[in-house]
Amino acid sequence: MVEFALRHAWLVPLLPALAFAMIVFLTRPWPKLSSAVSIAAIFSSFVLSSAIAYGVFTNPAFIEKPLVYSLRWFGMEGFTVHVGVMLDPTSTMMLFMVSLVATLIQIYSTGYMEGDPQYSVFFSYLSLFAASMLGLVISSNLLQMFVMWELVGLCSFLLIGFYTFKISAREAAKKAFMTTRIGDFGMLLGLLFLQIVFGTLDLTELTQRVPAYEQFGISLGLLTLIAILLFIGPIGKSGQFPLHVWLPDAMEGPTPVSALIHAATMVVAGVYLVGRTLFLFAEVPGAMEVVAFTGAFTALFAATIAITQREIKRILAYSTVSQLGYMMLALGVGSLSASMFHLWTHAFFKALMFLGAGSVLHALHHKADVWDMGGLIKKMPITGWTFVVGGLAIAGIPPFAGFWSKDEILAVTMQYATHGHIMGYLLFFMAAFTAFLTAFYMWRMIFLAFFGKEKPENHPHESPWNMAFPLIVLAVLSTVGGLIGTPWANYWGEWIHFGQPHHGEPAIGLMLLSVFLGVAGIGLAYIFYYKDEEKQRVKQLAERYQTLYRISYNKYYVDELYQWFTRSVVDAGARVLYWFDIHVVDGIVDGLAGITRTSGKGLRYLQTGKLQTYALVFFLAVLVITVVLAFGNPTSAGILGGGK
Amino acid sequence: MNIPVLTLTLLAPIIAALIIVFIPKEEEKLCKWVAALGTGVALALSLYVYFGYDQSVGGLQWVDFGRPVPLIRDLGVSYYMAVDGLSLPMLLLTNLIGFAAVFASWNVSHRAKELMIYLLVLIAGVMGTFIAQDLFIFLLFYEVVVIPIYIMVIIWGSSKRVTKEYAGMKLTIYLLIGSAFLLVGVIATFVESVAITGTPNMSFEGLARVAFPEEFQIYMFGLMLLGFGSLLSMWPFHSWSPDGYAGAPTAVSMIHAGVLKKIGGYGLIRVAIFVMPLGAKFWAPWIAVLGVIGVAYAAMGALAQKDLKYVVGYSSVSHMGYVLLGVASLGVIGVNGAVANMFAHGVMAALFFSMIGFIYEKTHTRWIPDLGGLSHQAPRLSVGFMMAAMASLGLPGLISFIPEFTIFVESFRVFGWLAVLAIAGIIITALYVLRAGANTLFGPAREEYNHVRDIRGPELVPLVVLGGVLVLGGILPSLLFDMVNSGVAPIMAHIQEALQIGGR
Amino acid sequence: MATGLNPSYFIALSAALFAIGLYGAISRKNAIAVLISIELMLTAVNINLVAFNKFLTPEAFIGQIFAIFVITVAAAEVGLGLAIVIAIYRNRKSVDLDDFDWMKW
Repeated sequence: MVEFALRHAWLVPLLPALAFAMIVFLTRPWPKLSSAVSIAAIFSSFVLSSAIAYGVFTNPAFIEKPLVYSLRWFGMEGFTVHVGVMLDPTSTMMLFMVSLVATLIQIYSTGYMEGDPQYSVFFSYLSLFAASMLGLVISSNLLQMFVMWELVGLCSFLLIGFYTFKISAREAAKKAFMTTRIGDFGMLLGLLFLQIVFGTLDLTELTQRVPAYEQFGISLGLLTLIAILLFIGPIGKSGQFPLHVWLPDAMEGPTPVSALIHAATMVVAGVYLVGRTLFLFAEVPGAMEVVAFTGAFTALFAATIAITQREIKRILAYSTVSQLGYMMLALGVGSLSASMFHLWTHAFFKALMFLGAGSVLHALHHKADVWDMGGLIKKMPITGWTFVVGGLAIAGIPPFAGFWSKDEILAVTMQYATHGHIMGYLLFFMAAFTAFLTAFYMWRMIFLAFFGKEKPENHPHESPWNMAFPLIVLAVLSTVGGLIGTPWANYWGEWIHFGQPHHGEPAIGLMLLSVFLGVAGIGLAYIFYYKDEEKQRVKQLAERYQTLYRISYNKYYVDELYQWFTRSVVDAGARVLYWFDIHVVDGIVDGLAGITRTSGKGLRYLQTGKLQTYALVFFLAVLVITVVLAFGNPTSAGILGGGK
Repeated sequence: MNIPVLTLTLLAPIIAALIIVFIPKEEEKLCKWVAALGTGVALALSLYVYFGYDQSVGGLQWVDFGRPVPLIRDLGVSYYMAVDGLSLPMLLLTNLIGFAAVFASWNVSHRAKELMIYLLVLIAGVMGTFIAQDLFIFLLFYEVVVIPIYIMVIIWGSSKRVTKEYAGMKLTIYLLIGSAFLLVGVIATFVESVAITGTPNMSFEGLARVAFPEEFQIYMFGLMLLGFGSLLSMWPFHSWSPDGYAGAPTAVSMIHAGVLKKIGGYGLIRVAIFVMPLGAKFWAPWIAVLGVIGVAYAAMGALAQKDLKYVVGYSSVSHMGYVLLGVASLGVIGVNGAVANMFAHGVMAALFFSMIGFIYEKTHTRWIPDLGGLSHQAPRLSVGFMMAAMASLGLPGLISFIPEFTIFVESFRVFGWLAVLAIAGIIITALYVLRAGANTLFGPAREEYNHVRDIRGPELVPLVVLGGVLVLGGILPSLLFDMVNSGVAPIMAHIQEALQIGGR
Repeated sequence: MATGLNPSYFIALSAALFAIGLYGAISRKNAIAVLISIELMLTAVNINLVAFNKFLTPEAFIGQIFAIFVITVAAAEVGLGLAIVIAIYRNRKSVDLDDFDWMKW
């Protein structure tokens, strides 16, 4: 089984792809059957992934030498592309995580989407998404990865716009696609550069060739440019500043989608890509700094927005942006291990919280404002308590999963700072402050929604088992998922690392700081939003610092800026060009046609319609020609062909 | 190979047209079925040829009657029908789209018989240009194409921003002006070749072997570039394209945008570059510049449009810019990409126009602000529309991504930052395509379109055929690329050789 | 060959005939008359053809054959021409060429 799974890892993405085709062409009229097909496929993928994980994580040879096999996709002289499978601990971990989360979320969706007229279609999209994401993860080639990358983008577009009757969903879908498209443009340029300079997009070959970049005739500057261009893709996909704007709007999609795509899997594709190409980034310190600062800034930036948002999914979305910033930061300081670790734990607790939020929305009939909730934990104990677990995990309270990964990131950032990067201290400060803010805004949400006074107009009820079951599984994983990477027994770091594995001494001081930040955040939220039942203090604060509050609530007006740019620059430019096209370019064409027409109008009077006039003219012309031929000088006769 | 398969392929639609002539005009359905059968046979034959072509051998194969049959000895004209990796995709494309176009016109009831006849003649004409290996025959077929187009636009077209008469005339005159420039170039080339070699020969191969003087090549290439370029809607000779497509009936838009335009690109490679390599080298940077301008300019133009057909009309100008860019790179990779992109764009544009045709037929409008939420009433139509839209913005997994990427690889290498402007076109493309697609299909359902019936039965054929190719070509690009490469590689090898001799 | 006979006689004759025919074709108003004049011009051409054949290439018959062609074509043309004239007469009750000016603008 294990050997079979390793050899046939391509089945993992293929099965959901087949499920997609099957639902679209065969089972669409039968919703229950469609969801069964979809779940069966993703569950099989999960089983296969587990077998692969078993095979990989029992054989340390995979750390140094990934299992790669591929076949020719297309090619020509000087440009051949292979598609294939690349199994190493990182991709195996991702395979396992994605298929696991996807399976849970599909089970959850059978409850959440119950009765939706587009039920089958929803599951076909989920299958397509799972196929693309799993395909992205195991890609052995950057072009293949880009293909899958775009396909997950397509699924994201389709799923965000899933509620087609909503204008807002349509706009959000377009925005998501456009924003990530801008990122893809940069990434495409990066890929082109790589292909042209190194003659391949194969990850294994690139790993060997990139360090010897000078032999390929390019300077460090150009390599930096390549890396930064490549990084624009992840900026778009992983919602980093300044292309983060689509992610919060993406919450227009059904909640399982938000959990699957916009929290646990797709958005981490960017992080994964940078992780995959870290061999390139590691060559160029300049690019690494860009990655680190983008990550740290995004983390802080999104956290400051999250503290004032009101909609439950929007808060979670900004928290996702912020956490993705953490992962980027970890990559920027050179630690694949910490980044992937956070990716791993984040997938569980964020999926958990999104599903919990979905459960709440389901119960409250899509009333999303946290200020309209309250005391939900009494009526919805499973949702509530699992949500609390998620909150503890993201706030970084030991022994929950988030603590270990966040601590690891803080540790590597500190290490980066102490190894001669003065700016590292700034990064560390930003990360630490974000940790505090995260705990605060998360618990603000939890206190507002689940504790405090119940609102009489709400009639919440616990969700059915197929929604509760994934919550419980994810809650368990959010609790214990981090224990494989504790500083005392860092199995994680042994397997997943770039360069030398990180063997830091457990930094107790750092841990204490981290715990302190988390507790402080929760404590502040407790004071403001739980003890103060009338919430007088926060209201006063918001009024006193009105400008700050507004800037944060309106997300620093980045959306408005983009909107202005699209409307006033791009669209206006398009209108100007169109005017130019129909009045100048076409004007010339029509002008030429007009000349023909006008001259025709004038000349037509020569046509009398009398045959005999024509005959006379004809005869006279013949006469003139004859005379010229007979009596003209030989050279001028030459033009008439009688030159001989 | 004693059976002249290519000639049979060419004859299939002509025979169908002749049969339809004898069918009473009341028997509309019968006319359409005969037309479908004729194009279907042609499609089957071209598939047979496509998969029977031996790529490992390459070169011209399936030569009808085993050799060029002399027609006019004094002019060196011969009936020389054969295909290589360059012609075959175009032949297949023609028949794919021709077949789909018949079904896209399934609901036309106004003079259906005549429409089918013209359509079949048009398809045969286009096909002829791609399989003729003789310059004279090539031009002959090219002229055959012009006449049905004009008549079809005038009779079955629609007047929107411009009248259909204006659109038809613009289309026809551009086609004719292009062919006029071409004719001058061709005659001069022929005369010069006779002067150099002493024996008249009109076949592409024969002409390519003649070593024309460099200056002559530059002038002639310029003429041919004007001719083929205006056919390919090269900026600034593009303005016929949006107006023409908007005015034309669905089938004409499909064939015109799908394949007829590609005669320009095909001719540019097969005639202009192949015969005039030194001229090509001189003009390549200009082609690239015009291509890039075309990409960006037309993409912006499309952004300003509100009429669906205008959006696609401008977008096709923009996509042809990529083709020009690929051709201008004069490298195997770039030209491969250009040819593959012609194929990809053909399929995509035809699907796009057929879906717009259905939308127009069912809602009587193409004005984007008046449309919306159609996915509620017509889900299958929406799938087709969305597939075409996604292919248009170069979504990987559909046929057009790999060709575009290939073009980018080569042109970025050759032209550097100039190409970046063209690559940036993918952002604007995404913007206008998404706007058109999402605003038409998504959003709340509109009551006035509740009567709209989704496409079904024969109406599904364009979606199934073209959509299938769209996906298949995206998943297995080697199906297309290996074929294209087997045709392009020898041509480019010949050109490199010529350039080296000429460069000395 | 008779010595007194030289080509200029024939040329003069055919030229005169042609000029008469041309004059008639251009100036006569009656369509039938115009047709007759055209016949005269064709006859002039025939005389030329036969004569030059005799003087230039007496051993070949190209000129004579060509003349026969011309006669054939002329017969066909007259047949067609008269048919058209009759058709027009039926519609217009006139064979005056001045009335036939519809082929303008």
